Amino acid sequence: MATPTLENAPTLAQRARYIRRNALLMGEVQGQGYIAQALDIADVLAVAYFHAMRFRAEDPAWEGRDRFLLSNGHYAIALYAALIEAGIIPEAELETYGFDESRLPMSGMASYTPGMEMSGGSLGLGLGIAVGMALGLKRKKSAARIFTLFSDGELDEGSKWEAIMSASHHKLDNLIAIVDVNNQQADGPSKQMLGFEPLVDKLEAFGWFVQRVDGNDLDAVVAAFDAAMTHGEPKPRMIVADTLMGKGVPFLEQREKNHFIRVEPHEWQLALSALNAGEQP
Amino acid sequence: MKSAGSTPWAKPRLTTSAMIASIAAEGQRTRPAPFGHALVELARGREDVVGMTADLGKYTDLHIFAQAFPDRYYQMGMAEQLLFAAASGLAAEGFMPFATTYAVFASRRAYDFIHQTIAEEDRNVKIACALPGLTSGYGPSHQAVEDLALFRAMPNMTVIDPCDAHEIEQIVPVIAAHRGPVYMRVLRGQVPLVLDEYNYRFELGKAALLRDGTDVLIISSGIMTMRALEAAQALSDDRVSAAVLHVPTIKPLDTAAILHEAGKPGRLVVVAENHTVIGGLGEAVATLLMRSGVHPPFRQIGLPDEFLAAGALPTLHDRYGISTAEVKRQIKAWLR
Repeated sequence: MATPTLENAPTLAQRARYIRRNALLMGEVQGQGYIAQALDIADVLAVAYFHAMRFRAEDPAWEGRDRFLLSNGHYAIALYAALIEAGIIPEAELETYGFDESRLPMSGMASYTPGMEMSGGSLGLGLGIAVGMALGLKRKKSAARIFTLFSDGELDEGSKWEAIMSASHHKLDNLIAIVDVNNQQADGPSKQMLGFEPLVDKLEAFGWFVQRVDGNDLDAVVAAFDAAMTHGEPKPRMIVADTLMGKGVPFLEQREKNHFIRVEPHEWQLALSALNAGEQP
Repeated sequence: MKSAGSTPWAKPRLTTSAMIASIAAEGQRTRPAPFGHALVELARGREDVVGMTADLGKYTDLHIFAQAFPDRYYQMGMAEQLLFAAASGLAAEGFMPFATTYAVFASRRAYDFIHQTIAEEDRNVKIACALPGLTSGYGPSHQAVEDLALFRAMPNMTVIDPCDAHEIEQIVPVIAAHRGPVYMRVLRGQVPLVLDEYNYRFELGKAALLRDGTDVLIISSGIMTMRALEAAQALSDDRVSAAVLHVPTIKPLDTAAILHEAGKPGRLVVVAENHTVIGGLGEAVATLLMRSGVHPPFRQIGLPDEFLAAGALPTLHDRYGISTAEVKRQIKAWLR
């Protein structure tokens, strides 16, 4: 694949559309999946992989790579979609998603998939691991960064706040966390499950450099990543990304919001068509 | 203060043992902080070794390491979930964390974090925990009576229950040479010194026959090996001949040695452990014997399936049957 710096490289908007397409194709393979989350986070992943992060597609374990820790393991379908687009996973593996013996299990696991740096599934693990990896990179005097994505629901977990305190305590300026605020958890709207607002104020009070952006506005996401990577203070960095479940497929955006949305067999193709139609100039 | 004589608690009694009371008996030979000193020795030769704790450096003997290698010591605060997740992260970056806390907090509070971020990912983290089993008089909050059962049940995890200072010193370099997650119980402070007199060397996954005998075979781990040796000596005064098979590696179990010894005819087999009778060495041995068609008379010495009392350790060890005198008494009763 072409590297993102070449003039002929796809635009970030195209990347995001391909990530959504890959996710929809995997969803169709299984007839289910956390597809609404994949659609909401595709723009953030496009910016992470094709604007911010350093990696070598042919060598996913390259020591100098920026690490991406997927704390919300149920978003694996989205990360696979990005890893396929990044050339780390062959596109042909799309159709193995979720099947026995596949390297692409429904929930992300480090031992299964190239480019998957941690085992998620149990929520609230990623930021703690990220703290350890960020400390490790500093020990090694590595210039690599840790990026970690987690969901707003994970803010319910006390372990997240242990890690939030720790990252600040240890001045982990090589750590960039992104929280996907799609306001949807298993039992309903996140803010009704366990309120976490005002999130920016809280995180700033905890010693983080915090930005809140529309996670589906590519220009805003790019600016937030740029600021997070260049910010001068010795603080960990948090991007609070407000996103829209089902983004890019209008009939899924409008579907009654569910954590695990129902997509009828005939709708996958409709979703792909809608995605393409929506992205045409 | 109440006047003496007027209350039921007036007569002299043992006071509650300090949270971190030494398990050494009066006058017993001891060595200070064997885990901490062994870790310093290891770290002198291995740059990748780092120490981590959750506000229990002093109480797990990791402070010895912290003094020797302050820049390789991570104080994570009283946050055990973070401690083990971050240990996984440091291991992912090529370091070998020795992460310490009390056994109750590793096994109970942080179980999922160890399960998912260390065991499932097969990270090279050594979990070293003080206050194993009933070695605190502080009550159930600090009595890790089920740690071995919990970690035995965790895939990828090696589980070790050392007897004394001599063994702890040997375990540290051995588990460093073993790639993968390890849970080891740690005895801290002034730790009894016993096995140096038995020409003993710790080998991962190996049991050791420390004493042979013809009437009873005691299979034991941890401090119960010390008690078993003392009880065997006391039993010999009563012309009862006791063998002691020390099994410091709870997982993987040395099945060959256990079957070899338990298969010898004519002996009562007693498993003695500083742990609940549920899910520890006793049940591991029982399952092995059943599975293998070896059926000696079998008894367990271990902690009961209940929340244990607070109090003085000697009192508690007597009450729950793991003191030397109680080991001897129970075996004599079973042999009668």
